[in-house]
This record gives sequence, structure tokens and C-alpha cells, in this order.
Amino acid sequence: MSSFLFLIPFVAAFAIIFGSPARLTARAAAVATFLLGLYAAATWSNSGMWSFTFSALTIPSIDMAFGFINGTSAVMVALAVTVLLAAVFSGQSPEGREKLYYASSLFIGAGAIGAFVSTDLFFFYAFHELALIPTFLMIGLLGRGNRKETAWKITIYLGVGSLVLLAGLVWLAREAGTYNILAMLEAKKAGTLAIEAGTQKSIAALLIVGFGILVSLFPFHSWAAPAYASAPAPTAMLHAGVLKKFGLYGLLQLAVPLLPEGMNAWLTPLLVLLLGNILWVGLVTISQKRLDSMLGHSSVMHMGYIFLALAAVVASNAAGKTNEFGIPAATVLMFAHGISIAMLFGLADRIEQRTKSLDFSDLGGLAKPAPLLAFLFGMAGMASLGLPGLANFSGEVMVFLAGFEGREASAPLGPVQIATILSLWGVVISAVYVLRGFRKTFQGPTVSATASVADLTLVEKIPAVLLAAALLIVGIYPRILLQLLS
Amino acid sequence: MPAYYLEALTVTFGILLLVAEAFVPGKQKTWVGLAAIGFLLVVLAMTFIAIGPDKDPEAKAWTKFALWDLYKFDATAKFYKILALASAILVLILAIDYRAILSRYTGETNDENGTAEYYSLIVIATAAMMWMASAKNLAMLFVSLELLTITFYILVAFMKRNVGSLEAGVKYLILGALSTGFLVYGMAWTYGATQSLSFDAITIAASTDAPSAPMLFGVALMIIALGFKVGAAPMHFWIPDVYQGAPTPTTAFLSVGSKASGFVALMAVMAPYAASPHAHKLFSVLAILACITLVVGNFGAIPQNNFKRLLAYSSIANAGFLLLAVAANRDGATSLSSPQLVGFYLASYLIMTMAAFFVLSLIRVQTGSENIDALDGLSRRNPILAVAITVIMASLAGVPLTVGFIGKFFVFRAAMEAGMVVSVVIAAITAAAGFYYYFKILRAVWWNAPNDKAPLEIKSSSLFTLSLGLLTVAILVFGLWPQPIMNLIK
Repeated sequence: MSSFLFLIPFVAAFAIIFGSPARLTARAAAVATFLLGLYAAATWSNSGMWSFTFSALTIPSIDMAFGFINGTSAVMVALAVTVLLAAVFSGQSPEGREKLYYASSLFIGAGAIGAFVSTDLFFFYAFHELALIPTFLMIGLLGRGNRKETAWKITIYLGVGSLVLLAGLVWLAREAGTYNILAMLEAKKAGTLAIEAGTQKSIAALLIVGFGILVSLFPFHSWAAPAYASAPAPTAMLHAGVLKKFGLYGLLQLAVPLLPEGMNAWLTPLLVLLLGNILWVGLVTISQKRLDSMLGHSSVMHMGYIFLALAAVVASNAAGKTNEFGIPAATVLMFAHGISIAMLFGLADRIEQRTKSLDFSDLGGLAKPAPLLAFLFGMAGMASLGLPGLANFSGEVMVFLAGFEGREASAPLGPVQIATILSLWGVVISAVYVLRGFRKTFQGPTVSATASVADLTLVEKIPAVLLAAALLIVGIYPRILLQLLS
Repeated sequence: MPAYYLEALTVTFGILLLVAEAFVPGKQKTWVGLAAIGFLLVVLAMTFIAIGPDKDPEAKAWTKFALWDLYKFDATAKFYKILALASAILVLILAIDYRAILSRYTGETNDENGTAEYYSLIVIATAAMMWMASAKNLAMLFVSLELLTITFYILVAFMKRNVGSLEAGVKYLILGALSTGFLVYGMAWTYGATQSLSFDAITIAASTDAPSAPMLFGVALMIIALGFKVGAAPMHFWIPDVYQGAPTPTTAFLSVGSKASGFVALMAVMAPYAASPHAHKLFSVLAILACITLVVGNFGAIPQNNFKRLLAYSSIANAGFLLLAVAANRDGATSLSSPQLVGFYLASYLIMTMAAFFVLSLIRVQTGSENIDALDGLSRRNPILAVAITVIMASLAGVPLTVGFIGKFFVFRAAMEAGMVVSVVIAAITAAAGFYYYFKILRAVWWNAPNDKAPLEIKSSSLFTLSLGLLTVAILVFGLWPQPIMNLIK
């Protein structure tokens, strides 16, 4: 049944290609997907209702199996449908390219939702690839600045990442003897899935590098900021907000539970890399001269925290304990980051449309002519630096709690604890760049480009208010997500 | 109905079509092509009800002519016959659409005289491919392969007033003759070593005791010869030139039908050695050839600016994947047998390559050019065709949810099962290079500004448009649900 979820945007995208009115179809499909998606996520534990299996091939057995693996899938679907709805209401299609513009957004949304509801490894992978192609097209065709070069760069980067990932997944499936993710997880729980440590280590390496490239793990992150800077608004929102989470989701659902020893073998290198994301990329973010590339870098930086939550789970598993905070922390933070970064990219696009530039030197004083824009942007910015009361805060607090989970007071600090303490500095770094970015854009005297801009129109308010509401609700009442996970 | 009727009927009909060339007036020649399509469809339907000697051993013809020594009709033979018929039908549809260009270069006037001859040659070549799928004996294999090759000499050089076509014909003739020489010489050595031409007898000779040096020499020569036919590097040099010069329908047929037959022959020749003590070494030779072919094909395609030449290199690259599939089958290590694996790959290759040649032919007929820049800005001139090209190129590159991905996926999987890690790494790198050159076409379609702003209307026949549409849809449907193809192979 949940297959309907990705079928709606998928069918709507084809309808647009074959002549259905682009904007109307896309918006109607996104609203329908949003409603059905939230309903599916809220009722996912009512098992059977949302799962669906269709045998694509018997030998080797590959099923088109859909359903939720666990609560994390439900949260990711909720994220995907929310951002998809916001994305089709954001941005402005260039004259005459409406078909491409709206169909691509729907394809990206369909691919992301499809990946999150697949319970078969083959289609899990395939849907993500499906979503990448319209991403490349949108950047290459309708992007800004150096779009063609950027599009080639991410095509090659993500293409290589996907191939490495495919090798890892096929190897994993071969060791497990099935492509069915649920069967793998059950076999692991029952103790019948025993992969020897050396093999685990190799598969884990492939998965960390493959998924890592897709998530922009340091040092594979250099594609991300230019890509988001030149992508059209809906593409940046959908990719940074939703599609990029695919890599983290894959690590969380496959590598962490199925390859505990393999992941633990790479724990220290992983911690070093994620500190690279948080500290190194964080410092790079501070020195950005453009709003869009600042946002792009900040999205790379925040991936580090989610990796930290994964690392905490891996370390606890290796010590034979369960980490109560780790998986909820990663899930809530993925959701919160997805919403806040989508909101920031959406609003940055509105700023650019008004001022024709996102260079800090051309901006300033926007809060005076456009107070609502400034308020909403500020809210999303504050969310991303972890202000209490907004969604990211609960995620980040849980990450830090997860880092110290199960540690005895007398024991010396382990690598995860050291990384957690160091990564706390990331909060300071993000405060610096968010506040600096906000000041340069919205405060101070107005300049010629910003003196007479209009505030958000009614249509422009829809996506921003929707995402702001999601940030507030989860911020004040995180249980709404956490109860899905229990 | 005994299975051998299929080929007998097909070749008879081919000869009848040749006679029709003399009596049907020029402007009515299209009917000959349509008749050929209709007839091949009938044969295709008959393939499903035909029975082989195992089902009906008492039938007179089987015993009277000792046909069982020469002819088999198992699931694999049936599948490759279906493949040959399907590709011939599609090539005929292409050829009917291409007839204006064919007749421009064949006669003094554009009266379409001679085109029926072209259709009839396609039908005769199909019969040869079908025979080859049933060969149980080296002599049978050789005769059908020669029938195929000689037909192709004519098909390649068919546009006799076109220098490119003639040049391609001469190149193909010389290299084809050379490879035939290798093949016959290899067969002679094999016969000398085993005293038999039958594959069954060779299997026994190869597995009971260690194959003698003459026997290995024989099979090595045959690998070289068949390497020419399938376009394996370093025996691939003829492919880009011949593909570029030959009329587009011939190129499509060469690239799909002839390649499939080459692989049928290669698998038939290699199968007797699968259980021999030297299997590992022999199949490693194929793996090495596969790696060289993958590198040459994929990296050679990168600088190409001509769409047809790019497809030629793509065909070399695909031969590399197919060789890898054959090589992975040593010691029965894979869960799918190599005829199944190769069969699936060839079926997927047929669908997407035929679709690509349909697009090429369409562009050639309507813009007069075969260069990639003829596709510039197509997304604004004909968006639906642009979407179709996107699907086709995505499938050739091996993007998931297309049939091309599933074919490649099976090959990778089989090679992993056989423990050929180095080959898999090389194949993965070259597949990544494939993304680059297939997407070059998409770049032209979507990114480049059109040279000509006017919308490009498809002026082809509805049969042609329908076939292209069906092939494109098939890429997506079989990408999600490959079971129907698998059912045919089993």
C-alpha cells in the first residue's frame, strides 16, 4: 500500500511530461503525497497495512518489497513528503521550462520516498539512483553560475560513490544470501547471520566510502557546496534536505545493525572524518563570502553530528550495550536538519530573486523592508545552530547524550567521548557563522539592492510557514517523532 | 511440428522475397518488407509450438537424416531463435523507414528498386542465426556462421554508390575471411585431436583425460576467430569503421543479431571444455579478453563525436561484459548458467541497442547527419523524443530501474560468485566511464542550444514510431520486472 506514496509523484511527473499542466499537477500531487505520507508514517506500526510485495524475479530472488523497516523509515518518509510539498511551492520556474522544473522535483521526491519505503536492497539502491538523474539535469539546465561544470562534477562524484556503494551492497547481499532487508535484520537478530570479521571490515569500508560520498563525509564533501549553490531552489531543498539523508539512513539501517564488528574496526577513522566535517568544514563555513555557499557548507558540517550519533551506537554495540539515545538522536537530527536546511535554501532563493545577488557585500538591512522574511530566515538559522525549542536542539542534545551513554564515571574517556567533546565546539562555530550570515544579510543599513524589496507574498509564505511549523512542533514536542521509533 | 521446419520455412521465404524483387514495381517494394515482417512474426509464433527431437523421437525426419546429430532444440536454442527473430523484425522496420537513403545510393533513380533484395537478405541471415542456435556439431556451426557472414558482406556494402559503405564492405570482407580462416583451421585441429566434429564427442574427449596440445591449439584458434565475430579486443579494429560505413539497419543487425550469434557460437565452442582439467586456464583467457575489451570499448567511446561510431564502441564495450559473463561460468560457479546469463544480457542489449538505432536512423533520415551535435537542443524541439533518448541512454549506461542495469548487475554478480575480483574492478571502472559518454548524448539533448529552432516532427511511419515507443517502455518495464525474460530462458 505504501507503494502509492512514491507512485503519486512518479505518475504525476509522467503526466507532466505528456502535457498535463505542470504547476497545478505538481502541487496537487505533492499535497496528496503529503497527506498520505503523514498518515502512513503515523500508522506505520499497524504492520501489514503499509507493506506490499511484488516478485520482480524469482532466481535470484528480487522482490519489489515496500514497507517500513522500522520507525526511522516512517520519520524519513514524513521528512520527504514535507520537504517535497515545500519544494514544489518554492522557487520560480524559468519561462518555458515548467515541465522540466516540476517533473524533476517530483522525480527526486518519488526516488527519495521510494528508497525510504523499500525493504529490498535492490530497489532501495535503485530508487536513490533514479532521484539523482533529475538532480543532475536540474543543476545542469536550470542552475546558476558555473552550472555545467558543477553538474559534471557531481555526476562523476556521485556516480563513483554509487558504484562503490553498489559493490558493498551486492557483497552484503551475497554474504546474507538475500536481498530482503527485513530478512537480513531478522536473521541477525536470530543469530543466523554470521559474517566473519574480515569480510565485515571490507564491506563496512565500501559502505562507509560509498554512503559517505553521497552524504558528503569529509574528505568527500567538495561536491556539495558548489552543487547547492548552483542548484535551483527546489532541487537544493530536496537534495540537501532529503536525498542526502539516504546515505545516513543506509548506514543506520544496514551497516550499523548488520556489520557491528566491521563498523567498529573503522570507528576511529570515522570519528576523525566526522570531526573533519564538524570542525574543518565548520571553519571553512565561517569564511564564506556568499550566503548560498555558506548554507551549502553548513549542510556538510551538520552531517558530522549525525555520523557522531552513528559512531556512538557502533561503540556501544561493540561494548555489548544498547545505546538508548543513538538511533533516536540520528533520526531526529536527520529530520530536523532536513527541514531547516530546506527552509534556508528556499528562503535564500527568495532573497536572491529580490536582490539578484547572494554576495554578502551586496546584501544588508533586509530586515527593514522584509521583516517576515528576516524572521523566518532567522528562525531556520537559529534552528540549525541548535536553539532550544526548535527541532534541531532535541536532536543535538541527544547526540551529545548518546556520546556519553553507558560510560562509567570512573572510566577514562574513550574515542567517542573525546570526539563528542571536540564536536561541542561545532555549536560555537555554527553560532558564529549563522549570526554572521544573518547580520550581513538582514541587519545594518540597507544598501541599494535591498532598499525597496518586497516582503514574502502569500504563495511564498506557504512553504516557509509549513517548514517553520514542523521545526516548532518537533522542537516543542519531540515525542511526536520519538514515539514512532519505540 | 518438428523444430527444423522453422529454418527451412524462413530460408525458403527469403528466396521467395528475392524473386519478388524482380516482379514487384519499385514504389510497391514496401509491401515486400511488410510481408517479411508478417512472415517472421508467424515464424516467431511457431517457435513456441515447435518441438525438438527429445519430445518426438519417432518423427521420420529426425531418424531418416540423422538430424539429431546436428540439430538440437532445447530451451536455450529456442531462446536464441526468438532473439534472432525479434531483432530481424525490428531491423526490417528500421530498413523500411531507411529505404529512401538505401535507394538513393543503390540505383540511378530513387525508385526503390533493390530494396526488396535488402529485406530478403535480412530474412536469410535470420535463418542462419536460427540454425546456429541449434548447432550440435562444428560443421553445422561453421556452415550457418558462413551463411550469416556472407549475407552480411552484401548487407554491409549494400549502398554501392556510397564510398563509406563500400569501404566498410571491403574491410569486413577481408577481416571476415581472415577470421573464417582461423575458425576452419581451429576446427581442423580439434577434429584431428578428437576424431569428431560433434560437441558431445569433444566434451568427452576434453574431460576424460587432459586435453592434448593440438586440442588446446584448436580451441585457441577458434577463440580468436569468434573474437572477431563478437568484436572482442584486440580483434575489434573493424567494428568502428564497418559500423559507421554500413547502412544503419545493417549496423543494427550486426550489432545485435550478429553479436548474439557470435556469442552462441563462442558458448557452444567453449562448453565442452567447462569440465576439463584446463577449464580454469581457458576461461581465464576469456576473462583477460573481456577486460581488454571493456577498457578499449569504454575508453575508445569517450572521444567520439559521431553517434554511430559511439554506438560501435558501445557495442565493443558490451561485448566485454558478455565475455565476462561467459568467462564467469567456469566450473559451474554461478547460480545462473552462462547461456542464461548471456541470454538475459543479450535480450536487454537487444531492446536498448535497437531503440538507440531507431533514434539514430530517425535523426539521420530527418536531419541528414549522424553526429552527436545533430541532437543539440532536442529537448526543446521534441520533448517526448528527448525523454525517450534519456531512457535509452540511461539504460545503456546501466542506471538502475532500467533493463540495462539488471543485465550488468547479473554479470557483476556472476563474476563475483566466480571470484573474479580483478575483472569486476576493471568492469566497474569502465562502466563508470560509460556514464560519461552516454551522458554526452544527454548533454547534447538537454543542455546544448539547438542549431535549428523549429520543432522536429517525427515523420516516420506509425509502425516505426510505435516500435520505438514500445522498446522505450520495455526498457522501463523489464527494468522493474525482469521475470518474463527469465521465463523465456529457462
